[in-house]
Amino acid sequence: MSFWTRHQIFEKNSIILVIGILLVIAIGGLVEITPLFYLKSTIEKVDGVRPYTPLELAGRNVYVREGCYLCHSQMVRPLRDEVERYGHFSLAAESMFDHPFQWGSKRTGPDLARVGAKYSDDWHVTHLTNPRAIVPQSVMPGYPFLSANEVDPDAIADHMRTLRTVGVPYTDEQIASAGADLKAQADPDNAGTDAFSKRYAKAVVRNFDGKTGTPTEMDALIAYLQMLGTLVDFKIYNEKANLR
Amino acid sequence: MSQPSISKSMTIGESGLAVVFAVTAFLCVIASAKALDAPFAFHAALSAAASLAAVFFIVNRYFERPAALPPQEINGRPNYNMGPIKFSAFMAMFWGIAGFLVGLIIASQLAWPALNFDLPWTSFGRLRPLHTSAVIFAFGGNVLIATSFYVVQKSCRARLAGDLAPWFVVVGYNFFILIAGTGYLLGVTQSKEYAEPEWYADLWLTIVWVAYLLVFLATIFKRKEPHIFVANWFYLAFIVTIAVLHLGNNPALPVSVFGSKSYVAWGGIQDAMFQWWYGHNAVGFFLTAGFLAIMYYFIPKRAERPIYSYRLSIIHFWALIFLYIWAGPHHLHYTALPDWTQTLGMTFSIMLWMPSWGGMINGLMTLSGAWDKLRTDPVLRMLVVSVAFYGMSTFEGPMMSIKVVNSLSHYTDWTIGHVHSGALGWVGFVSFGALYCLVPWAWNRKGLYSLKLVNWHFWVATLGIVLYISAMWVSGILQGLMWRAYTSLGFLEYSFIETVEAMHPFYIIRAAGGGLFLIGALIMAYNLWMTVRVGEAEVQMPVALQPAE
Repeated sequence: MSFWTRHQIFEKNSIILVIGILLVIAIGGLVEITPLFYLKSTIEKVDGVRPYTPLELAGRNVYVREGCYLCHSQMVRPLRDEVERYGHFSLAAESMFDHPFQWGSKRTGPDLARVGAKYSDDWHVTHLTNPRAIVPQSVMPGYPFLSANEVDPDAIADHMRTLRTVGVPYTDEQIASAGADLKAQADPDNAGTDAFSKRYAKAVVRNFDGKTGTPTEMDALIAYLQMLGTLVDFKIYNEKANLR
Repeated sequence: MSQPSISKSMTIGESGLAVVFAVTAFLCVIASAKALDAPFAFHAALSAAASLAAVFFIVNRYFERPAALPPQEINGRPNYNMGPIKFSAFMAMFWGIAGFLVGLIIASQLAWPALNFDLPWTSFGRLRPLHTSAVIFAFGGNVLIATSFYVVQKSCRARLAGDLAPWFVVVGYNFFILIAGTGYLLGVTQSKEYAEPEWYADLWLTIVWVAYLLVFLATIFKRKEPHIFVANWFYLAFIVTIAVLHLGNNPALPVSVFGSKSYVAWGGIQDAMFQWWYGHNAVGFFLTAGFLAIMYYFIPKRAERPIYSYRLSIIHFWALIFLYIWAGPHHLHYTALPDWTQTLGMTFSIMLWMPSWGGMINGLMTLSGAWDKLRTDPVLRMLVVSVAFYGMSTFEGPMMSIKVVNSLSHYTDWTIGHVHSGALGWVGFVSFGALYCLVPWAWNRKGLYSLKLVNWHFWVATLGIVLYISAMWVSGILQGLMWRAYTSLGFLEYSFIETVEAMHPFYIIRAAGGGLFLIGALIMAYNLWMTVRVGEAEVQMPVALQPAE
């Protein structure tokens, strides 16, 4: 029986055809995806990476909601010009708590993986409200409405609980104090800032949008942007230890 | 012939679906009342209204219909079910125009940012998923459902399986589009590229998709032909694989069952790999395998020639679906994804060039002996040019997946240009060609209202594509080179914003190209509308049985 005659088994039996399709398409995915869950070299060991603070998480949710990833990547490639323009190339560990990842695929605007601490909070408020007030040639939309939207401090604990279920290591303490921490991070006069800073290493406490009262989405988004890429201290990062 | 009288009663499907929708309506009302956020309340209310409408239509349809269900055959010929096909074809044209229009709007926003109006609902970040979903899933999806339901019936010589089931698929699918699209505008998104719909839309799509697979398979079970026609292999691979990809990429945990926000189960690197395994194979199986099925049915039909090579189609099929699934990591070159995965992705992407061109050759060579028809039949010309664009973009793709090339092209407009040579040239034109064939067939018309208008559509749209992709080539390569340019003193030559400024003229040209493409689609919509409205009905001739290949 020739090869072509044998193929008739697929052409005459739809179930066998479906099984054949399933087997053939399964191989590539299994080979490429499964090892990423168990090969230790996939995510390097780095000090400093921690889950997002409640305010940063709320800011990240604004980032996700507005589809910022469509124009901004968060992935510095190890190419000379990118490292000089943006900073150290991105490590896998730096996005290990990102659900979903926001590496992006297009740079209509610049990469944001290391935008943290590059500009002042004031700069961000002005720029997010009207990008062309600061960068005349910019094609970014303005987001003035962020200043008007308050973040609900009581809702964030549920988000952290959900994230813990999918693998982000929030502690019981962090979840219990989520609402208070959210308010504390945007208010340096808040009594809870010391306890907050103990719970989240390197977290910055500032009044990000410069306005008093309940934190707004502007506070949250700027808190998120200002921490991007700042968690790993590359002065002490040992690249050789992670040679793969 | 007089029908024997049958006592009229509801089928299990009718009563079952009516009950299910009634319960769903009730649950949706509760969900709407208890919703944590406004978009979720709106979507729950919309679902409640749609469920009630479904109950009404099912019951109403029952009272209107004769006691007996439509016969499987009339006078020995299959009694083909054209209703759901007509619905899907109409929705394809509607969503196509909507999607092209939103594309034109966001292209203009990049040239003139004031068009964002600084409102949440009109900003680029929310409209862009609306554009991609509208053209890929709404336009492309409806074309695929309409043509697959047509092709599977004709090539199996059997009536579409199920009575309400095909309607459930076409209406349910379009309801998914409605939920997903309005969700984007309201800020409901997972922000996973091409998989933006949130958890409840994903769940609904899963149900609809399983029904789609069952209707398709059940029709194949009923076939009168011993062989399953090659187009149906591709449709099956498309339906089955999209189900696998959808389930693999989208497992998410909602924060609350009464809220729209969820967190995807995968994080960081694993999420990136799942996402582009999904993303690239949405291209491979939705935009390629599905539309190759269209090529394998509509080109031979329209050219009145058999498929060039049966053996080539077997190799084409298995090689294409085996290789495509590996190609995802080429979207993640030089990222934190391990090198071994990137290299595997690149290698398989390059290999993929071969089956792609094998398929292209099979499609083009089908015209041997009928090339002269290109002069007289603009519909066939559209189909053939689509295959040429397919060949072009499946050469460009493997080239861009080479890491060195990718280091320049990635993150730039070159990618956008590449996508659109495939999307406008291949998927768009093959869909237009298929709809130009399908509408007269489904509505039983002698031919199209005007071939001259098809000709106009062809040239206006082709000019639009050429403007679009050449503008994106230039802007993409220009920006990539500017990013890596150094002065003689070893400093980066351009600030980022200078490279943005340099894009402006090309963004205008691109928007003009998109505008032409939209005008072409409007010409088409008018032509199809007139075909249905004033076209002459075809006289049914008894068909001679065709020998099986």
